[in-house]
Amino acid sequence: MKPKVVREYKFPQTKEEMPFGPGSEAGVLIDVNSGWRTLMPIIDYGKCNKCLICWIFCPDGVISKENPQLEIDYDYCKGCGICAYECPKKAIAMVKEGEKVE
Amino acid sequence: MAVSIKNLPDQELFYGHKACQGCGGAIVARLALKVLGERTCIVLPASCISSVTTIYPQMSFLVNSLTSSFPATGAVLSGMAAACKAQGLKDVTVLGFAGDGGTIDIGLQALSGAVERGDDFIYICYDNEAYMNTGVQRSGLTPYGAWTTTTPTNNNAVGEKKFKKNLFEIMMAHRIPYCATASVAYPNDLLNKLAKAKEIQGPKVLHVQAPCPTGWGHGPEKTVEIGKLAVRTGLWYLAEYENGQVTINTNPKEFKPVKDYFSKQKRFRHLTEEDFRIIEEHRDTEWKILRNYLGKDE
Repeated sequence: MKPKVVREYKFPQTKEEMPFGPGSEAGVLIDVNSGWRTLMPIIDYGKCNKCLICWIFCPDGVISKENPQLEIDYDYCKGCGICAYECPKKAIAMVKEGEKVE
Repeated sequence: MAVSIKNLPDQELFYGHKACQGCGGAIVARLALKVLGERTCIVLPASCISSVTTIYPQMSFLVNSLTSSFPATGAVLSGMAAACKAQGLKDVTVLGFAGDGGTIDIGLQALSGAVERGDDFIYICYDNEAYMNTGVQRSGLTPYGAWTTTTPTNNNAVGEKKFKKNLFEIMMAHRIPYCATASVAYPNDLLNKLAKAKEIQGPKVLHVQAPCPTGWGHGPEKTVEIGKLAVRTGLWYLAEYENGQVTINTNPKEFKPVKDYFSKQKRFRHLTEEDFRIIEEHRDTEWKILRNYLGKDE
């Protein structure tokens, strides 16, 4: 289950709208991290046995195990490749961003 | 209470942060919050984790977090624990999450004071072995021979000349209720230590090694492999201290040659055979000291 925190953020326009003090609400995300990525992980569901090794090691927590199949949130995946490198079944391929995926 | 990977919640409490690709510290933060849950208040001193999560107006922690001044993590933890006690909040975990410099150099006296006072908190030191946030300067936990910007390598200099301080033994000397070392490459061990720490009353300190691709000079996909190699070569150990007893979680009879670990990282590429010998000697002494603790208790 991924947190639904991405939302339209309106920066304060006037002095009155500025927040008081340096505090802020928790869980505010206004942009995505997908632009960091040069390689994109693609899961081969034929090989995946859901051992969750990729899920536990993902630094960004973008892999979701809630559904029967693992799903990657490509908005926040930075493409570090730990999942593909650690996968014991080699079920994750790192594909160059922009190349055609079947 | 044993925690297994299958039972962990899928809910992410640390999401959308701006840490580098393959960040070891981010894995620690994420797994810690998975075990400790939503009822957690975090104290962050100046560190990688505080700077990648609190970029206005983004807040990547989905729990309460407070960015404290660099040396004050321990003091703020004490205050938070006292506030929780005063308000009668029994299910709240107070968590300090500091880097190696913020723990062993700058924050050591505050941590020592907080442990002495015996307040109820968990302190995690994620150890990336230098001040990575400001661009790789040496800290008290930088290992021997490592290149950093303040311990450069050229014809006359060989990088860092001191060995790591030992936070585990410093905390043992406080007779702390629980302290442990862990590694991101051994998540089951780390998760169980966190779950154990959650149940114990009083101060708990975890020292977790977290490889840093940017500062250590390895590919972002190799974070876990490097962490595993550090344990297998004996340069990092997984141990626990509880009720005056030391337990070693991985006690290998033979270590892999340290070269395997060093050859994969750019920060060590200038090391010579002589340096490897010095490091192996130091490693053997450290293990002897650690195993001595074990012998005494049995």
